[in-house]
Amino acid sequence: MSKLKKISNSVTKTQLWRSVFRHGYPDTPRNRTLAVLSNVVLHLHPVKVRRSGIRLSYTWCMGGLTFFLFLIETLTGLLLMFYYRPTAELAYQDIFALREHVPLGVMREVHRWAAHLMVITVWLHMYRVFLTGSYKPPREFNWNVGVILLVITLLLSFTGYLLPWDQLAVWAITVGTNMARATPLLGHEGPGAALLSLGGLEFIHAGDDVRFGLLAGRFVGEGALLRFYVLHCVGFPLIAAGLMAVHFWRVRKDGGISGPL
Amino acid sequence: MGDFIKEASNWLTQPTIFSLLSVALIVALVVFRRQLTTIPVIVAVFVGMTAYFVFAWSDPNFNKIITKPDNVPIIILLATVIFFTWLSLRRAVINDERIAKGEPTLEGELAKQKVFVWPDLVYSEFICLVAFTALLLVWSIEIPAPIEEPAATARTPNPSKAPWYFLGLQELLVYFDPWIAGVLLPGFIIAGLCAIPYVDPNPKGNGYYTFNERPFAITFYLVGFVLFWVAFVILGTFLRGPNWSFFGPFEYWDIHKLEPMVNVDLSTYFWVKLLDMPRPLNPWVRELPGIVLVLGYFLVTPALLAKTVFRTKFKEMGVVGYNITMHMLLWFALIPIKMALRWTVSLKYFVGMPEFFFNI
Repeated sequence: MSKLKKISNSVTKTQLWRSVFRHGYPDTPRNRTLAVLSNVVLHLHPVKVRRSGIRLSYTWCMGGLTFFLFLIETLTGLLLMFYYRPTAELAYQDIFALREHVPLGVMREVHRWAAHLMVITVWLHMYRVFLTGSYKPPREFNWNVGVILLVITLLLSFTGYLLPWDQLAVWAITVGTNMARATPLLGHEGPGAALLSLGGLEFIHAGDDVRFGLLAGRFVGEGALLRFYVLHCVGFPLIAAGLMAVHFWRVRKDGGISGPL
Repeated sequence: MGDFIKEASNWLTQPTIFSLLSVALIVALVVFRRQLTTIPVIVAVFVGMTAYFVFAWSDPNFNKIITKPDNVPIIILLATVIFFTWLSLRRAVINDERIAKGEPTLEGELAKQKVFVWPDLVYSEFICLVAFTALLLVWSIEIPAPIEEPAATARTPNPSKAPWYFLGLQELLVYFDPWIAGVLLPGFIIAGLCAIPYVDPNPKGNGYYTFNERPFAITFYLVGFVLFWVAFVILGTFLRGPNWSFFGPFEYWDIHKLEPMVNVDLSTYFWVKLLDMPRPLNPWVRELPGIVLVLGYFLVTPALLAKTVFRTKFKEMGVVGYNITMHMLLWFALIPIKMALRWTVSLKYFVGMPEFFFNI
């Protein structure tokens, strides 16, 4: 037995090592199977997949990248939360400080660019899934979960857009949420809203319509900032994580990554 | 030469010509997919785009709009959508030829083999992960995230734009009121996407690229995604300046550029121009022609088509599926119809009842 083998054995044959890794180096069918089955992350995958399903020219890797970007967003977002205070006086200066004084303030850049990229990868993932007809039975339900995840991704990006509290942020959200004014029946400038009144008493007005509910006010102000912050950091990520679990689970249950039946 | 290219670009990117060219491109892509999905074509496209970019870079107006940090993703979007559209059609062409010869598709051939996730899949995932981490880090270090002046609700910037991924919808505000462009249409897009698997009666093309087996579905998605979503995002980002006026890529964003608004309601066309009388005072009577037209469009067209062109489709899909599909398609078709009428006869509204915020 060579010296090298002895040294490696002195590491891998210990109780400590074996308590973590339940199998040998994954170079045999048995150990490759165990490598996937005994690892909680890899366990997302089956042990074996169709060769067609792992070709980049078929999958474009867009679903996987979206998940990866979601993880990046979670990690960088968590770090940013240590420095950012969602109030009208402090938000802007905190974001500015990330650029000027905070070590590794580049996390904000990573967070923003990954967010933009995630919107693109989600769109391209959906594009690929449609073009390969992968929404067809038995995957109808999972397609719908995907549609909701797409909406959540856009909402995550939209709520995050407000947080820097600069002109770009506030006016983009103002333009975006102005649409809600025109919601039929429920927005104060929407068709039919005037019908919801009783003896001259209007039920739908600028102080209680859908837009007011979104913004916690008649314009984008401190209430909107807090509301968007909570939705951005807690609400939507939780929904997204839950739906992603369902999405991945159903990929497996519906016969693995799509391929010709 | 340089000036000619700049002027030609400014002229070609006007909303009318931009939209018509995009339609022509998609039609050409579908019809000539065999010739256009070769490797020299995509290489030529990317070389051409890069050359154009290098040429345009020195122009101050082009440079200013392209180098806005938040516009970088849209360049990525443009490049990836072009590449992946080409790639998917290329594979569809290859598969269709194989199917015609009775051979299995590219995916079908490979699907016969099964491989271990470790190492085959894990490795490519790992490489993607490293590559993207590197890309993100370089991008983040090179280009700082935008931060403008502190928020001031009293100072409205001009133009005020939504986040870039909603600019396609903001572009629709030129043609529709917010309750359609900002509420109904996004709602229908989501509902329509959800309905797709249930209303598509075609069992073929499940799990592989093909065009011949699902020509309608593929064309529909190409038009919907590439034209009405991606192309409109690009139009809204790069070509719309102050007051949401149109600006060519080499045009200075002049805040005083005025576009005359001479749009006319359908009711004016009907009562004033056709019948030569003043418009009736009662809004319901005034808008009767428009209401009849819109109701006819949504209620009569599906029935008419079911009896004629879509006779077989109607049988395949059933009453419910057919009606859902038709209504989604009719809403979708309303966009190009309204755009064409705006460009040709300056139509403002089919039904214009500002009394109730009800304008179509």
